[in-house]
Amino acid sequence: MSTTQSPPAPGPAATSSLEPAGPRRRRRGARSSDRGASRAFRWLATGAGALILILLVAVAVFLVIKAWPAISMPSDELVEKVGLLRNSSSLLDYVGPLIFGTVLAATLALIFAVPVAIGIALFTSHYAPRRLASTLGYVIDLLAAVPSVVYGLWGALVLSPIVQPVWAWLNENVGWFPLFAGKVSPTARVLLTVAIVLAVMILPIITAVSREVFLQTPRLHEEAALALGATRWEMIRMAVLPFGRSGVISAAMLGLGRALGETMAVLMILSPGFLYSFHILEAGQQQSIAANIAAQFPEADPLGVSTLIATGLALFAITLVVNVAARAIVARRKDFSGAN
Amino acid sequence: MAQRIDVKDLNIYYSDFRAVADIEMAVEPRSVTAFIGPSGCGKSTFLRTLNRMHEVIPGAHVQGTVAMDGVDLYGADVDPVAVRRQVGMVFQRPNPFPTMSIADNVLAGVRLNNKRISKGDAQDMVEQSLKGANLWNEVKDRLDRPGSGLSGGQQQRLCIARAIAVKPQVLLMDEPCSALDPISTLAIEDLIAELKSEYTIVIVTHNMQQAARVSDRTAFFNLAGTGQPGRLIEIDDTATIFSAPREQATEDYISGRFG
Repeated sequence: MSTTQSPPAPGPAATSSLEPAGPRRRRRGARSSDRGASRAFRWLATGAGALILILLVAVAVFLVIKAWPAISMPSDELVEKVGLLRNSSSLLDYVGPLIFGTVLAATLALIFAVPVAIGIALFTSHYAPRRLASTLGYVIDLLAAVPSVVYGLWGALVLSPIVQPVWAWLNENVGWFPLFAGKVSPTARVLLTVAIVLAVMILPIITAVSREVFLQTPRLHEEAALALGATRWEMIRMAVLPFGRSGVISAAMLGLGRALGETMAVLMILSPGFLYSFHILEAGQQQSIAANIAAQFPEADPLGVSTLIATGLALFAITLVVNVAARAIVARRKDFSGAN
Repeated sequence: MAQRIDVKDLNIYYSDFRAVADIEMAVEPRSVTAFIGPSGCGKSTFLRTLNRMHEVIPGAHVQGTVAMDGVDLYGADVDPVAVRRQVGMVFQRPNPFPTMSIADNVLAGVRLNNKRISKGDAQDMVEQSLKGANLWNEVKDRLDRPGSGLSGGQQQRLCIARAIAVKPQVLLMDEPCSALDPISTLAIEDLIAELKSEYTIVIVTHNMQQAARVSDRTAFFNLAGTGQPGRLIEIDDTATIFSAPREQATEDYISGRFG
C-alpha cells in the first residue's frame, strides 16, 4: 500500500535520477553543463581566500613558537643569558624603544608621503594633459621598482650630505620644537633622513592607488559640482576627495605597512640607538625593529634569535593593529561612502 | 530674477566636428521651454552650452553668441564658473553627492559662493529650498542622513533643491525624468509648473507628452543624417507645435512617424 501514496515518498531511485528531485536540487542549477565549471571556480576562489587566512595564521604561529623561549623565560635570567639585552632590564624594555623608533620613522614617512602622493595623483587624474599624465604615472611606478638597498645607498651617500646643512639650520633656528632639539648629527645619518627616504619609497604605491580611486569618481558627481559653479579645485574638494577618501586611507595603510617593515634603507642610513627619543636630528637615538633584526641576526645565539623573533612578533602585531584601525576609519562613515 | 536668453548663429563643435549648426532662438523669462527631437540631434549638447557645461569635454567649443539679458556668456572676460552660478542644471540621472547629508547637499552650491553662513541662515535656506522642491515633508526628519538613501524621484527633487538654493536666473533640465517612475515624474512635472513663476526653465525631454504637459514653448531639433550637424527645425508655442506645426518634419516626429 505504501507505493500508492501521493505525493510519492522520495526513494533512492528518485534522487539519483536525472530529474531534479526536490526544491533544493532544482534551485542549484537547471543548466547542468555550466554547473561543473561554476562549482570548480567557486572552490578555486574560496580556496584562494582561505589560503590568505592560512598563511597569516601560519606566520603568526611561527612567530609565537620561535619567540616562545624568550617570552616565557623570566626577565632576569633572559637578561643574563642574551647579550642583546645587556642594557635592558627585560624583553619588554628591549622591544619598547624599537617599537617607538619603528612607529616614529613610519609615521614621519607617511606625513611626508601622503600629501605629495595625493598631489601627484590629483595632478595626473584631473589636471595634467593625458600624455604627460601617463608619462608621469610610468615614472612613479618606476620608483617602486628601485630595490630598497639602492635607496639605502642613495640615502646614505647622496641625500645625507645634501640635507645635513638643512638639518643643522633647523636645529639652530627651530630647535625649540621638540623634534628638532638635541645635538644635530654631523653626518645626517638620522631618523629624519630615514623618514624622507622611506617617504620616497612608499610614494609610488600611495600615488598609484589614489590615482586609480580618483579616476573612478563618477562623472555625474563631478558634473554636479561643476554645474553648481565650482572651480576645478572646488569640484575636487566636493566630489573627488570625499569619494576617494576610503581608497586614499587604504593606500596610506599599504604605504605605512611598507614603511614599518622596511629594513635595508633604515639599516644603511640610520645611526642606531635604543632610546625613547623624539630628537630626529640627533644620531644614536632610535632604531627600527626590522633593521635591528637584520643587524643583530648574524651574530645571535639561539636564545638571541628567539629574542629577535619576539621583536618581529611585535612588528607583526603593530601592522595588524594599524590595518584594523584603518578599516575602522573607513567603516565609520560607510553610509556616506557612495557605495549604497 | 528670471532672465531671457537670446541665441544667435550658434554653432557647436567637438574638436573639428560640427555637432549643432546655426541655432537662433529666444527663451522667454518665467516660462518653460522644451527641447524635443530624436536622439543625437544635439538638444542636450545645445542645452549644455547655455551654462557652458559642454566645455568640460576636451575640444568642445562654440561660435556665435548666447546672451543673457544682453550679456554674451561667451564674452572674452566671462568666467564659465560665474556663468554656472547663474544658470543651474539638473541632470538626467539624479546625482546628489553621496558623501554629503541631505542638508549639506542642498547647501553645496551656496557654500561655494559664501563660505561662512550662520547656522540659522543655513537651516532656513535648507528648509526653503526643500520646500521649493516639494521635498521638505518627506525628509525634514532626516536632514543629516545621506542623500543617496532617498528614492530616485526624491533624489532628483533633492538635486532641484540644490540647484535652486543658489537662486539661479535660469534652470536647465536635461531629461530630468528619464530615470524615474511615473509617480515621481508627475511630482517633478508639478514642481516645474510651480518653479516657472520664478525661473526661466529649459527642459530637454524625450517624452513628447511631457513636453506638451509642462512647456509653454517647444523647440524641435532634427538632423539630416549621421555625421550631419543637428539643427533647430522650429520653435513655437507648445500648443501650435503639437496641433499645427509649420514644418513637415515636426509633424512627422510628433505624430510618431519617426524618432
